[in-house]
Amino acid sequence: MSVFGRGQAERETALLAELTELTEHHRANSEQYDRILSSLGIKSGEPFASLNDLPWLPVRMFKTHELKSIPDSEVFKVLTSSGTTGGGASRIYLDKDAAAVQTRQLGATLQEVLGGKRLPMLMVDTIGIIKNRRSFSARGAGVLGMATFGRSHVYALDENDRPDVEAVKEFLAKHGSEPFLIFGFTFMVWQYLYEVAREHELDLSNGILIHSGGWKKLIDIAVDNAEFRRRFAEDTGLTQIYNYYGMIEQIGTVFLEGKSGNSLYCPDFADVIIRNPDTWEEQPVGVPGVIEVVSTLPRSYPGHVLLTEDLGVVHGIDDGDWPGKRFSVLGRLPRAEARGCSDTFSGAVAS
Amino acid sequence: MSLNDRLRGVFVDALQLDDSVDVENLKYRDIEEWDSVGHMALVAAIEDEFDVQFETEQVIDMSSFKVAVDMLKGFGVAE
Repeated sequence: MSVFGRGQAERETALLAELTELTEHHRANSEQYDRILSSLGIKSGEPFASLNDLPWLPVRMFKTHELKSIPDSEVFKVLTSSGTTGGGASRIYLDKDAAAVQTRQLGATLQEVLGGKRLPMLMVDTIGIIKNRRSFSARGAGVLGMATFGRSHVYALDENDRPDVEAVKEFLAKHGSEPFLIFGFTFMVWQYLYEVAREHELDLSNGILIHSGGWKKLIDIAVDNAEFRRRFAEDTGLTQIYNYYGMIEQIGTVFLEGKSGNSLYCPDFADVIIRNPDTWEEQPVGVPGVIEVVSTLPRSYPGHVLLTEDLGVVHGIDDGDWPGKRFSVLGRLPRAEARGCSDTFSGAVAS
Repeated sequence: MSLNDRLRGVFVDALQLDDSVDVENLKYRDIEEWDSVGHMALVAAIEDEFDVQFETEQVIDMSSFKVAVDMLKGFGVAE
């Protein structure tokens, strides 16, 4: 069953009803959240005319407030994002249901490009990243969340974070002649896979790459999404490349690049709204602004309507590889505090 | 050895369970050993032991010992 089927009008109607219900659910179960909405003058039970009328929480509130809609006894996992300066880390509370739902929906989203079979999987990371199961970094959580979708995992870095070229060569000798899966964070994929593959003339033409994590370090060396795709295709034969955008504060929801490249798409249970940072009105197609993300997945914590600290732009609606909005992430809001670079890595997460 | 006994052995080894655990009534996420890290090790160990390959959906759906038994029966593993 595809989760990339809803056109924009149908999507908004369905999401408005579900997200309104979720807003009431979180008000009833999170005193903190109810207090925040009340302080904004929003009355309980008040209807919302459209998706962009739903009250959003700034993502950083998950650093400063304990926001959860489940009793302490039901908390199964607490996910934390890295925080570099001020405010500390976001804390996201999952019960067993929430942990199961996020895995399932992430699976449904990625199956769209991976199919149902688990492919041999090359992780562009070190196994050290998941050694401590009690406290995953956002990066470790991303790696582990993705591991479900592959088999016979091989790590491209050794435990000291150095490229393990022999391991990669061995993996390719064994699995390289049929479809295989590659996962990693964008910058690491560039530095530890692209560079290594080019130097050693490795053939990645049967690979399907899923990657995420922001472009800041790559923009510094003048590699953007289009260039990333072009160089991989030219130098390694890898053409099936899917970037995604997601965050730990809305775990299980990822916005996935379509097969034509350079546009991200929303799964049916989610949407994005680009807002003018001065007026907070929704921006027209083609005009950049602050990205708001909505998703029906967060039920154990009030993360269903979030204002991110990222800039983005909608390129078009119902006119691309899949229905709904297609958009790009342009970078961080200039005023946003510098967060850990792995912070936005983890739409995919372990639990 | 019966399917249940073999599978019980795989669970105990892969999840490093101690004797007090009631393996046959175990559900995913009931105990901290069977979290997503444990799940990946468990799935790989079951595939090795029974020489089967689970699809993504099955990995996600494998929510208890009993469900795993049913899936293996579905692969034609004799009880």
